[in-house]
Amino acid sequence: MVADRPVLAVRGLSRIHGPACPSCRDLTGDAAGTNVCPRCGSVVAVADVAFDLWPGEILGIMGESGSGKSSVIRLIHLDDQVTAGSAVFREHDGTEHELATTGEETARRLRDTRFGMVHQNPHLGLNYLVSAGGNIAERLLCSGERSFQAIRDRALGLLTRTEIPPGRIDHQPRQFSGGMQQRLQIARALAPRPELLLLDEVTTGLDLSVQARILDLILEIQRELGVAMLVVTHDLGVVRLLAGRTLVMRHGRVVESGLTDQILEDPQHPYTQQLVMSAL
Amino acid sequence: MSETCTEPSRTTSSPSASLETRHSKLETPAPVLTVAGLAKTFTLHHQNKSIPSVAGAGFTVSAGRLTALIGPSGAGKSSVLKCIYRTYLPQTGSMVLHGADGDLDLATCSEHAALRVRAREIAYVTQFLHCLPRQGTVDVVAAPLVALGSTRDAARAAAEERLRELDLPARLWDVPPATFSGGERQRVNLARGLVHRPRLLMLDEPTASLDRRSADLVVAAIHAAKAAGVAILAIFHDPDLVAALADDVVQLTRPEVPCAA
Repeated sequence: MVADRPVLAVRGLSRIHGPACPSCRDLTGDAAGTNVCPRCGSVVAVADVAFDLWPGEILGIMGESGSGKSSVIRLIHLDDQVTAGSAVFREHDGTEHELATTGEETARRLRDTRFGMVHQNPHLGLNYLVSAGGNIAERLLCSGERSFQAIRDRALGLLTRTEIPPGRIDHQPRQFSGGMQQRLQIARALAPRPELLLLDEVTTGLDLSVQARILDLILEIQRELGVAMLVVTHDLGVVRLLAGRTLVMRHGRVVESGLTDQILEDPQHPYTQQLVMSAL
Repeated sequence: MSETCTEPSRTTSSPSASLETRHSKLETPAPVLTVAGLAKTFTLHHQNKSIPSVAGAGFTVSAGRLTALIGPSGAGKSSVLKCIYRTYLPQTGSMVLHGADGDLDLATCSEHAALRVRAREIAYVTQFLHCLPRQGTVDVVAAPLVALGSTRDAARAAAEERLRELDLPARLWDVPPATFSGGERQRVNLARGLVHRPRLLMLDEPTASLDRRSADLVVAAIHAAKAAGVAILAIFHDPDLVAALADDVVQLTRPEVPCAA
């Protein structure tokens, strides 16, 4: 593992929905107070986002609904087309991929074997037509595993790891509680031993004790596997607990970035100050 | 006890410091942290206010010595510690850590460098214990070692040793510290700060809210850390503790509040 290079280096990342005119960037963003271009009506979902993510690091992306935080990880996960900018993903073996221009075949391989995505809504991340074990097996098959025994063993290991009783391996996800479905989603995401885990509001809407177990699980995964993670959330408590560094987004722009405790205790930007003051 | 004044000029002369080292090897302790001209002002955008917190602090903290920050409430003692830890972003000044990998100015270093230094070289112990909820006390104390790559068993063994030194009853070791008394929490906090043998230890009133016996245990632990060569920067509100523990004293004064802008 090359620890002195970022897993992910993002520069000038932008996504504009709509015709996009030359004024889009100048007329939107934090100063303009909107992400809709008044001239052409395009929605500037993400503009000029830059960050590095290092091996084993958890980076928080915080912001209100519509700030563009989820759009950033959709672009990284190759679920959406980059309009401009660059995002270089570096595999353990040093192979680099420019995610902004990567082809569909490479995109599929990266999603299947190198990335793991956990959605707020487990319906987006799980297959409800197959069993819990089948959900994990699907990911393992996509990453090239063919031995039935190896798949079954790995599935049992992941269920145990995510505190799902192994006896429920053949049950369907709809028979699981909300917290268990979320943990199954994490197990599924971890199956091919990804190098980058993308977590989108994974604790939102869960009750407090379930949230706590999910957050504990995420930290244990970081400690044991050293996976780099991007954690998108609107919850200051989640970034405080999980992330060493945090980006604050608004109107598609990063308005502030820094060490998480600095963002929370000495916020510099008026918006972050307002956000932190409303929460505490 | 020597009096260190707060003018930055005294702390920026590294060439003469190395000269001194050559002349009196035994007497001159190695500087671990050199702070000069440190200033911090909070800008509250929504209220259109500037609140000065620290104005021009400067001092040196050396290996095996304790530098005490003293001054009235509001003089910015805790803010100085938070600036050094990078929880606060200072406006001006330098805070150079003379670390294992060379000099690093904490005022301007990258976020990753700051995180690395926090994990390896600086421990910051406040009156409040911030830790993961639901984690047993031994694991809370062992966490800095685990983060540096120790095995869980080795880290727990080292943590138990620290807890024993601070006389925390063994029946509490596996319980999360959430239910502990203030004095017990503070000792857990100090044990965690010492467990990975940091180069610089920052203490914010480590004996506040402690009974006499607990305070004595904390004082003994501070003496032991000094003897082991740890550089300590501390805030005490008890003048007796300053007299008993401090090798250098830095007096901070409340920054002048400018007229309404």
